[in-house]
Amino acid sequence: MNIKKSVTALAIGVALTLGAAGQSLAAEPIKIGTFLAVTGPASFLGDPELKTLQLYIDNINAKGGIDGRQVELMHYDTGGNAKEAVNFVKRLIQKDKVDVIVGGSTSGSSLSVMPLVEKAGIPFISLAGAVSIIEPVQKWTFKTPHTDRMAAQKIYEDMNRRGIAKVALISGNGGFDKSGRNQSLAMAASYDIEIVADEQYGAKDTDMTAQLAKIRDTDAQAILNFGFGSGPAIVTKNVRQLGITLPLYQSHGVASKKYIELAGEAAEGVRLPAAALLVADQLPESDPQRPVLLGYKNLYESKFGDVSTFGGHAYDGLMIALEAIDRADSTDKAKVRDEIEKTSKFPGTGGVFNMSPSDHMGLGLDAFQMLEIRNGDWTIVK
Amino acid sequence: MKRLSGLFLLAAAIVLLPILFPDNYFVTVVGVTAGLNAILAVSLNLLMGYAGQISLGHAAFFGLGAYSSAILTARYDWNPWPALLLGLAFTGVIAYVVARPILRLKGHYLAMATLGLGIIVHIFIVQLGWLTGGPDGLGGIPTLSLFGWAVDSDQRWYIVIGTLLVVVVWLALNIIDSRSGRALRALHGSEVAAEMMGINTAATKTGVFVLAALIAAVAGSVFAHQQAFVSPDSFSFFFSIELVTMVVLGGMASTYGAVLGALILTFLPELLVVFEDYEVMIFGGILMGMMIFLPQGLFVGLGDLLRKLRRQATPTPRKPAPQEPASHKPTPQKPAPQKEEKRHGVA
Repeated sequence: MNIKKSVTALAIGVALTLGAAGQSLAAEPIKIGTFLAVTGPASFLGDPELKTLQLYIDNINAKGGIDGRQVELMHYDTGGNAKEAVNFVKRLIQKDKVDVIVGGSTSGSSLSVMPLVEKAGIPFISLAGAVSIIEPVQKWTFKTPHTDRMAAQKIYEDMNRRGIAKVALISGNGGFDKSGRNQSLAMAASYDIEIVADEQYGAKDTDMTAQLAKIRDTDAQAILNFGFGSGPAIVTKNVRQLGITLPLYQSHGVASKKYIELAGEAAEGVRLPAAALLVADQLPESDPQRPVLLGYKNLYESKFGDVSTFGGHAYDGLMIALEAIDRADSTDKAKVRDEIEKTSKFPGTGGVFNMSPSDHMGLGLDAFQMLEIRNGDWTIVK
Repeated sequence: MKRLSGLFLLAAAIVLLPILFPDNYFVTVVGVTAGLNAILAVSLNLLMGYAGQISLGHAAFFGLGAYSSAILTARYDWNPWPALLLGLAFTGVIAYVVARPILRLKGHYLAMATLGLGIIVHIFIVQLGWLTGGPDGLGGIPTLSLFGWAVDSDQRWYIVIGTLLVVVVWLALNIIDSRSGRALRALHGSEVAAEMMGINTAATKTGVFVLAALIAAVAGSVFAHQQAFVSPDSFSFFFSIELVTMVVLGGMASTYGAVLGALILTFLPELLVVFEDYEVMIFGGILMGMMIFLPQGLFVGLGDLLRKLRRQATPTPRKPAPQEPASHKPTPQKPAPQKEEKRHGVA
């Protein structure tokens, strides 16, 4: 009797201790690390990215977290500086001991931390555009934004459909512009497109008529402007001022309402590839992205004002990481990495992601919509 | 020996820190960045603090060294050591060619010219995409190795950069106390007077400009190998300004001051990240406060402050220091202030 009692007590005691241990194990938060350019010249990227991460992590925690574990965000501001990024990623890995890193607003800062991430063996989802982040494929590095190569391909596809074979290229001298120009030049041949002019302008130029006058004298059938910031809006205005009637294509770099505001009337008829986020409400009901896009747009806009595709990339990165942790039922880095690589049919804001060992982005050309500006708003080109 | 006591103190601190705090992020990671910044600040201080020639383009030479090493090793598979030497020679030649005309200018005009130099180098780095990788930067830089000892961990980089810092500080101290160092200081005082004393001011100024550029280039090469990745924004105009701030904050014409300024400007932002959105504001506030209350710079200002405190303490011997009753040994108390005084005199 006595023995039986003490055995029972012992059993209960053990069960309680185990239970408590199990609970404390489960209650340990999932640590997501991020380093973004929240201040500085690239803050238009980092700011919506950080807001998105914080917003969704708060939301998830309010709903009980992942597998009963709360999610914790460790954030550092790089100011867009690659040198800072390297130190902060070391800090995330060594000091904060995060489970996953989702971040890197600019291509430079993402590329600079990749050797570190690969050496430490920690899953890293980059939020930057350059193709070189995922080509060649690195074991631990993934990314969510579309590449500039996809933009060039999407534009050329549309040109093929319209029977355009000769294109005049004009681009700025920023990082995005230069990388886009290189991809446009590299991709032209495979779409049977001839580049008949390749003009450039400075980031702070206020008039591009000289370059456009040269383009007018060629036998180009369309103008392609790969650029960022105010440059593309000035090009658009100058094209109309010079009376050039050729179709004008822009890149996804101008996919914001700001561009239409700046270019005004001149933007009518301009075509560009862009993520579906801009035209979420125009998508057909059957589109798998529609609920995701509208959900993100409404939640973000209820707190912060106009949504941008950049914040969307952060949403995609965070969700892919958290779903992978959920599927892996642990934060074991190798398991999480494998699960991220197995991401399939995940509807994000950038498109439907299907990752594989040879593709660490997982977006197809259909992730871009070809848009045309009509009556000061975006319209999907069918 | 006495003259170099500060140097020994610095060396001891560099050796002891990783032993006291092994595997500490602030020692081996931030410490490496701080060390590099300190090397740059010491080199800039030779030019600014001692010779009185302002330079707003020092990051350019840092960048030239870094990109020379990066391009030669990553693109053309050179061994890092000859790449470093060629980078040094290249930077030296550019600095020499630029120095003669640029150092004819004075004051604001010299500031403008060096500013232009920094911006031109930055533009070249951004625009020569086929060579430098453009704005996205250049990766795949191999690490350094010394007789088969590969510098491949943060701890080993700490050793390399710590050693380099001690060597650079020693070099700077020796130069300042040499004939050419006195020439530099004379030049700072009055160029005309220096010339009257028989100092070839043009040659002296060019010499110190090239030397500062060379030290910056070595730091750049090491930086490129340490980061394994270089991008133009690490060598922008803003970094030049940061270096000037380090020198001014630490105290012009004080080598240890430059080291101190670099340490503070590297560690402060790292420590302030806990304040999240307010870190930049607090950082700015601290800098402003330091400049208002210690306008001669931290090192000199703190030294003065200490001396003033001691002077206030000495006339009242009745009031013993709080530790004194515990250990009734006046002997170790005595030489200590003397040592302090001497050390300060050197700096």
